[in-house]
Amino acid sequence: MARYMLSVHSREGEVREPLTEEEMQRSHAQLGVIEREMAAEGAWVFSARLHEADTATVVHVSGDEVLTTDGPFAESKDHLGGFYLIEAADLDAALGWAAKVTAAIRVPIEVRPLAGFADAPHA
Amino acid sequence: MHHTPDRAVDAPLIGRIFREESGRSVAALIAFCGDIDVAEDAVQEAFAIALRRWPEAGVPPNPGGWITTTARKRAIDRLRRDARGRDLLGEVAALAEPDGPEGGGTVPDDRLRLIFTCCHPALSAEARVALTLRLLGGLSTAEVARAFLVAELTMAQRLVRTKRKIKAARIPYRVPEDEELPQRLRSVLAVIYLVYNAGVHNAGIAGPGLCAEAIRLARILSELMPDEPEVDGMLALVLLIESRRASRTRATAPSRCWTSRTVPGGTAP
Repeated sequence: MARYMLSVHSREGEVREPLTEEEMQRSHAQLGVIEREMAAEGAWVFSARLHEADTATVVHVSGDEVLTTDGPFAESKDHLGGFYLIEAADLDAALGWAAKVTAAIRVPIEVRPLAGFADAPHA
Repeated sequence: MHHTPDRAVDAPLIGRIFREESGRSVAALIAFCGDIDVAEDAVQEAFAIALRRWPEAGVPPNPGGWITTTARKRAIDRLRRDARGRDLLGEVAALAEPDGPEGGGTVPDDRLRLIFTCCHPALSAEARVALTLRLLGGLSTAEVARAFLVAELTMAQRLVRTKRKIKAARIPYRVPEDEELPQRLRSVLAVIYLVYNAGVHNAGIAGPGLCAEAIRLARILSELMPDEPEVDGMLALVLLIESRRASRTRATAPSRCWTSRTVPGGTAP
């Protein structure tokens, strides 16, 4: 098994057709089904939704000093909005989940393999 | 600050009191309810009430205390109206109404905490300056926008985003610990200096006002942190530059351009 991050990206300032209340509820319901399916098949590891990119803060080292600056880190128009960490047999399986998620929320999903994954280290 | 009843209580006087007192009241209200927007609105409402009441009843002996107490009542009313607010109120109930019914008691000075929140390094420099002027200086969004030559809507959005980040990222409302203090204080002093500089380079009507605001902030900080030489240094610096500001754009003999009114503060130990 391998682990993948399915990340949801939003484009800053992009005006999308706002979802109607009904569409929003349908989207939520679809996501609920997909997430339960992920859990049932043992694919689900972790998921999170993030605040807007401009709530990010960057910590970096300059010389001996640790500096804090306002984020986001990347000077980009596209920002991570949330992610799923899933376990899948291979990329095709991961892409299958991504296809389901993007169909439900109508936002592009990036699928990226995890090089390592650590649970809490033993004391 | 006691205003005798025979003195004319008009909008400009209340405006001056607003500029003097609103920072302290907003800081006290944030300490009370933990929400910048609720605090700002409550203080605005309290001043609106003052505008109606004071011309007839006279200015109370401690206008700042009156404003804070009145704002606290408005905040409680507002928080009672929504569910999330009721949770918040539960947490702050123990702190409610420490003063007498109509103010006058000593209001704890929470401005120092507020300065450090507004000047947190996780906020952009523009955001820090704008929020400091808005919350501690009591400037309106329009005034802050004019000072930095941006559209009012742009400034309003900047302030909204800044407050949203403070809330979402949970930027703390506290004076930093000793080990973080030097870096964090530098950020506060930088904001004061940026405000001063913005005043020097703003040829418009907002210029002198911003310089005065920077000096006022430096004085407040110096009162609140009497043991910090860097703070006294900043106050002295802006006072000395201020005393020479008039001569920057005038061809007069330099010695005649010192404004003696501001020099003593700049050179006092």
